[in-house]
Amino acid sequence: MKYVDEYRDAALVHQLAAAIARVTTRPWTIMEICGGQTHAIVKFGLDELLPKNITLVHGPGCPVCVTSAELIDQAVDLALKHGAILCSFGDMLRVPGNGIDLLTAKARGADVRIVYSPLDAVTIALENPAKQVVFFAVGFETTAPANAMSVLRAEREKVKNFSILTSHVLVPPAMRAILGSPDNRVQGFLAAGHVCTIMGTSEYGPIAREFKAPIIITGFEPVDILEGILLCVKQLESGRAEVENAYSRAVRTEGNVHARKIVEQVFEVCDRDWRGIGVIPQSGLAVRPAYAHYDANQCFLLPHTNGSACTECISGEIMRGVKKPHDCPAFGKRCTPEQPLGAPMVSSEGACAAYYRYRSRAVESAAV
Amino acid sequence: MCLAVPGKVVEIIGDDPLLRSAKVSFAGVVKLVSLTCTPEAKLGDFVLVHVGVAISTVDPKEAEETFRYLKEMGELDGIDLAPVNPAAP
Repeated sequence: MKYVDEYRDAALVHQLAAAIARVTTRPWTIMEICGGQTHAIVKFGLDELLPKNITLVHGPGCPVCVTSAELIDQAVDLALKHGAILCSFGDMLRVPGNGIDLLTAKARGADVRIVYSPLDAVTIALENPAKQVVFFAVGFETTAPANAMSVLRAEREKVKNFSILTSHVLVPPAMRAILGSPDNRVQGFLAAGHVCTIMGTSEYGPIAREFKAPIIITGFEPVDILEGILLCVKQLESGRAEVENAYSRAVRTEGNVHARKIVEQVFEVCDRDWRGIGVIPQSGLAVRPAYAHYDANQCFLLPHTNGSACTECISGEIMRGVKKPHDCPAFGKRCTPEQPLGAPMVSSEGACAAYYRYRSRAVESAAV
Repeated sequence: MCLAVPGKVVEIIGDDPLLRSAKVSFAGVVKLVSLTCTPEAKLGDFVLVHVGVAISTVDPKEAEETFRYLKEMGELDGIDLAPVNPAAP
């Protein structure tokens, strides 16, 4: 596939790994933000190609992983008690809430449907005028335009039975929270390429300067990721902390102005509770009051539940780069993709799921 | 979750900015995709598609530039780079 295959070239990958080894003289810890990058790193074994003194830690860029248990409870409530058709991306169905998950709700008779696109949920609303249809709008900046478009499409089509349950999160405030944490060990970032496709690069300069951490805007294929690491290590070795764009085929400096306009029309910035991490001020998106009639939290009386869902899950420490999945005593034993204790074991982009799928044998042999 | 897959625009449908769509081919698998966020996309362009929405056109010059840059850095001496052909499917 064009723009994929050439970025998986094995010879290029090994040459880039050799280049990284040549420029590395000291230990460095680098975080990739996006769960898609985590998945590619573990799947292709890119971290195993790096010199031993480069440590990659895995960031919070998995929206399924950071959606609060309270929002899962609200989605279950919408489907079971309010009788809504609850539409969601597939990964959300097995994430534990404080009570049951959406898959269990479906087994108990709730109408829970997996959709590919939020726009599909608007179509379902058009086809089911007698039912309320709610889309579980999770995601980072990358997904915000599509979720905002679902609201604008519903408005255009005069759909009255559609709303969204919003769990939108923003990357730059999370980077600040990680870098500002007393136990932080992240020295440089691979920024999430597709978030920057939408938002551009301007938000990252102040972070790089304030925390003296290089930020490399990075794509998702092996060559992209290793190029990002190479540029990051070069900056770290030379004492620079700048923003560099290693994904220029998809990221313009100003981002996607059309997408940003749609997002700003429908959403406004709000505080957000990140599962495992806690509330980060001004780190989320909520539906603007002008579109309140498409906001499930305004349309329905939803429960407000507290609770950490599982006290044994260390997902917060993993997503802040303090620990790795195999540091968790429950990993692969009491917590598996079939019976997850925490969200990162559920999502295909969660760090724990990636390690379980591609690194189980390595963990077993290390434990012997 | 932030996965976006590059595909080639093979047909454009409609001209209302909110409803403009395209048939996009992903190595032969064709899906209907919104072009609302990429009004500049035209037939034959590659777009990055995320949850049914094209979020960017792929810049073929920048794509080539990446490989040129890597080579110029001297990091890739001795590597026979595959040619990047923007017109290829």
